[in-house]
Amino acid sequence: MANHSLALRHQFDDVEQQKDASTFGMWIFLATEVLFFGGMFCCYTVYRSRYPMAFGNASNHLDLILGAVSTAILIFSSFTMACGVNSAATGAKNALVGFLSLTILFAAAFLVIEMSEWHMLYKEGLMPGFNFTYKEFDPGHVQLFFCMYFAMTGLHASHVTIGIGILAVMAIRAWRGAFGPEYFTPIEISGLYWHFVDLVWIFLFPLYYLIARHLQG
Amino acid sequence: MITATVETRDNYLTHEYGVKSWLLTKDHKRIALLYLASISFFFFLGGIFATIIRLELLTPPGDLVSAQTYNKLFSLHGIIMVFLFLIPSIPATLGNFFVPMMIGAKDLAFPKINLLSWYIYMAGGACVLYAMLEGGVDTGWTFYVPFSTSYANTYVILTGVGIFIAGFSSILTGLNFIVTIHRMRAPGLTWFRLPLFIWSMYATSLIQVLGTPVVAVTILLVAVERGFHLGIFDPALGGDPVLFQHLFWFYSHPAVYIMVLPGMGIISEVVSVYSRKKVFGYRFVAFSSVAIAVLGFLVWGHHMFVASQSVYASLVFSFLSFFVAVPSAIKVFNWTATLYKGSISYDTPMLYAFGFIGLFTIGGLTGTFLATLGFDVHVTDTYFVVAHFHYIMVGGTLMAYLGGMHYWWPKMTGRMYPEGWAKLSALVVFLGFNLTFFPQFILGYLGMPRRYWAYPEEFQVYHVLSTAGASVLAVGYLIPAAYFIWSLRYGKIAPDNPWNAPGLEWQTSSPPPPENFEITPVVTSEAYDYSILEEMKVG
Amino acid sequence: MAEHIVTKKQYSYVFATLLLLTFITTTVGMMDLGRLNVVVALVIAVIKALLVVLFFMHIYWSSKLNKLTVVAGVAWLALLLWLTLTDVLSRGWLPFPGK
Repeated sequence: MANHSLALRHQFDDVEQQKDASTFGMWIFLATEVLFFGGMFCCYTVYRSRYPMAFGNASNHLDLILGAVSTAILIFSSFTMACGVNSAATGAKNALVGFLSLTILFAAAFLVIEMSEWHMLYKEGLMPGFNFTYKEFDPGHVQLFFCMYFAMTGLHASHVTIGIGILAVMAIRAWRGAFGPEYFTPIEISGLYWHFVDLVWIFLFPLYYLIARHLQG
Repeated sequence: MITATVETRDNYLTHEYGVKSWLLTKDHKRIALLYLASISFFFFLGGIFATIIRLELLTPPGDLVSAQTYNKLFSLHGIIMVFLFLIPSIPATLGNFFVPMMIGAKDLAFPKINLLSWYIYMAGGACVLYAMLEGGVDTGWTFYVPFSTSYANTYVILTGVGIFIAGFSSILTGLNFIVTIHRMRAPGLTWFRLPLFIWSMYATSLIQVLGTPVVAVTILLVAVERGFHLGIFDPALGGDPVLFQHLFWFYSHPAVYIMVLPGMGIISEVVSVYSRKKVFGYRFVAFSSVAIAVLGFLVWGHHMFVASQSVYASLVFSFLSFFVAVPSAIKVFNWTATLYKGSISYDTPMLYAFGFIGLFTIGGLTGTFLATLGFDVHVTDTYFVVAHFHYIMVGGTLMAYLGGMHYWWPKMTGRMYPEGWAKLSALVVFLGFNLTFFPQFILGYLGMPRRYWAYPEEFQVYHVLSTAGASVLAVGYLIPAAYFIWSLRYGKIAPDNPWNAPGLEWQTSSPPPPENFEITPVVTSEAYDYSILEEMKVG
Repeated sequence: MAEHIVTKKQYSYVFATLLLLTFITTTVGMMDLGRLNVVVALVIAVIKALLVVLFFMHIYWSSKLNKLTVVAGVAWLALLLWLTLTDVLSRGWLPFPGK
């Protein structure tokens, strides 16, 4: 049985099956990531339900505008990623490389903003483990808020970083002509990963920056 | 006994030679053997810890090792046996080898990820080993906070990182199996024609994929709290140690089903073949596997009845825990019904299956005792619990694993194991096991706490019995290790289908060719169709 | 199954909606609506998530199996949260210490 595409692996019968399997595999992986982050969302939920005032207080120390801008940037990056998938599917190689590069750029911008936020919190004495000096209302529970904040945004940032690496590899491969309308599965599944990273932030933003602001002690 | 002649047919073992052909293989069968070597190593390592524990417990005072050393011993025994042996054991060895073959596929969906899985497992194992050599951990395999985060002076982070890494191996294996079973079945092989081993592996994979990430992030949080002082579980900040337990047991309860479901899958195969009958109530057994996987996620709080979990939550978890026993019981009834009026042969795999059915039943029943709140309050954290889970893990899973190894050994290696020695070992294992662990039920009921290295005089007789049993059990495990290795060179050459079993894996050579099948099989019969074999009458 | 290609124009509608929702949720976040803050923020987050999953991630056009995988992941997280909260929220309901 002759393979018409060099990309067909021997364990699959045809390209269709291979693509289905790859996409399905990535979705399963993303389901595991939902539970991976989910453990921390569980911690957040428990502590928020217990210490709403402290969480409200703590939340006001986060910069709402920076948070909103970060959210917009990530959404922008999801848009460029989706356009990249479209370019791959239509065989527009240069556009694909362009969109992947834009996505990486937005991702980097997100990280820069994130790091500057972290830096500000450090300077204000709100970084547990390194510089935590807050002593006003309910310091223990406020510290708990920031423990969760750094743990979750840290894990998210590591996923963004890994995503940048993956997209960079994809961009290089695309530049070398590895993808076309008949085979662009790696672009598609990288896109799925990237959108997931955006999804996590879509929930992190309201939970940390928005919903507790007005509960104050 | 003449040494066997060299295999002339090309098979997956002779196809390529050299270390690189093994370490860079993408063949699921070779990867299965790589795993077999690694998990066997960890099994014997965990066994060494068990040996020292049982030696210490021969006498009431703590006189063999110090208290902290004893804590490290049972911690490492648990960590190695659970995370580095039991969880990967059947899925990564027999599952890796036979899932593609039983569905008529050439390999798993993602062979490179399969190999990566093994390397990740080795990396995790290496971390744990390194931590062990540096002094180990004394937190118990359960890593309860705040001891593990704030007070332990041992290598918690390193061990945690090792387990975290090994967890990803488990996730990737599960992911691979799910995609493979969904997407790569041979033509004609519908879901309800699948062997029940595949149903079990599928259910196991669901748990691996949905549960492991939660324990991964939990251990990560413990490491982060210890390393960066982000006090997420720190009571001084308002953190909740019981929250840690929720997150930990959300995985670790379903984990026990990761450990037992594959064993049940093996038993379904073995009981059928050695009674020459299809499994009674096939659909019930298939659905029970999935039911166990799902229900297993609803009961984790039964590990926390005395942990200051609320009474209402305890009631809910207790109630749900009774439910999860039902599908397991259905399986036991159906295996028994399969045996009824079957044409039974007492080959070694069948002996292990008998052992499993009896011992798993005892383990499972005592599980329902423990689910009963009133009873649990008395025996929690005693040897009753220790006996309960060893009946299931060792009397259940490990027996099934040995049964499966004997059943499929001819297929994997092209050699027969020596039947006389094998039957003897099965008997020794059974007797040794019961002598080791039955006294522990009594000990627990009488009040001996677990994880204690010294105890009152009146418990000594039971501990002596238990240690005696453990030495018999150890012999029972060493003998198969020896003859399996022996058989690789001196065992009788195995025919393609020594048990005259149905199932696609038996329709190809022993050992199989690299691509598993010369031509992709087309399936037209139901699972366990012995009538076809009667017609074919192939030896 | 023919490959469904989503156009950049379709993506841009989704994108614009997402930005709009972000703007709304941020603005609402700056106002004090009491309990409604939580509801509005989470509802908007879920809508945004649905838009990303359905259209950017193509689940709308994907197989039932992929859809089921998404549902399973979310359902399992919901399970973790629900049963944990069953404990956390019912502590102290009885007049004994530690219960």
